[in-house]
Amino acid sequence: MYAWIWRHLPGPLAVRGTTALLLVLAAAALLLFAVFPALDGLWEPRP
Amino acid sequence: MTRTILRGLSELAVTAGAVLLLFVVYEVWVTDLWSDRAQDRVAEELREDWTSGTPEPEPDSGQAFAFVHVPRFGEDWTRAVVEGTDPDELEDGPGHYAGSAMPGEQGNFAMAGHRVGRGSPFIALDVLEPGDPVVVETVDAWHVYRVTTTTVVDPSQSSVVAPTPGGAANGEATGAFLTMTTCHPKFSTRERLVVHGELEASVGKDVAPDGPAALEEV
Repeated sequence: MYAWIWRHLPGPLAVRGTTALLLVLAAAALLLFAVFPALDGLWEPRP
Repeated sequence: MTRTILRGLSELAVTAGAVLLLFVVYEVWVTDLWSDRAQDRVAEELREDWTSGTPEPEPDSGQAFAFVHVPRFGEDWTRAVVEGTDPDELEDGPGHYAGSAMPGEQGNFAMAGHRVGRGSPFIALDVLEPGDPVVVETVDAWHVYRVTTTTVVDPSQSSVVAPTPGGAANGEATGAFLTMTTCHPKFSTRERLVVHGELEASVGKDVAPDGPAALEEV
């Protein structure tokens, strides 16, 4: 999957590297600020 | 073929590991961001309520009604205490066990707070020592409690928030007590860390507008 994405990123190496980094950051932000908060409360809360 | 499958599986495993690590980051740090903001909001609302002179005698669930000052946690360490101990309420700050005594009253003024994450109000609860002051500020008074004991109990031991700590849930109050509970050990819900205190004195704000001397201790 990662190799496939890498092969399909356009531009020279530097551009591809930057795009890849941005993709990783976007995925992390999506998890931290959307997915995990939505999952909150599905298990036993801890006081 | 086998190679493709293996590569796919290993990528999946690496991704799952990264997501798990990220989840730890979320629980420990990111939840603090939202909770700190929520705490600021409820604290501000309470100060406004007090200055506008219309505090409600019985706070609604989730509403802040007092400030707790713990000099041992740091100079000027203070948190607004909200009514109730549901998860939603504890995200905003330390929560008052509904039905337990109000500050300064006979009985047990009992609070719960998160240990790690969601504002981490009671992360340092274990550093409190007997004799340390815990000052609870209400609209018109300062209630100075002194820490008496620190214990670690099973989460099922609800008698720590009884009117007399350790007594029956509907028992008589034999004094004015303070109880603070949080999770123990850090990052776990296995046990509860419980700090008890007793009321030393209550001072009206008309007498001590800037607070009692106990605030400057430690």
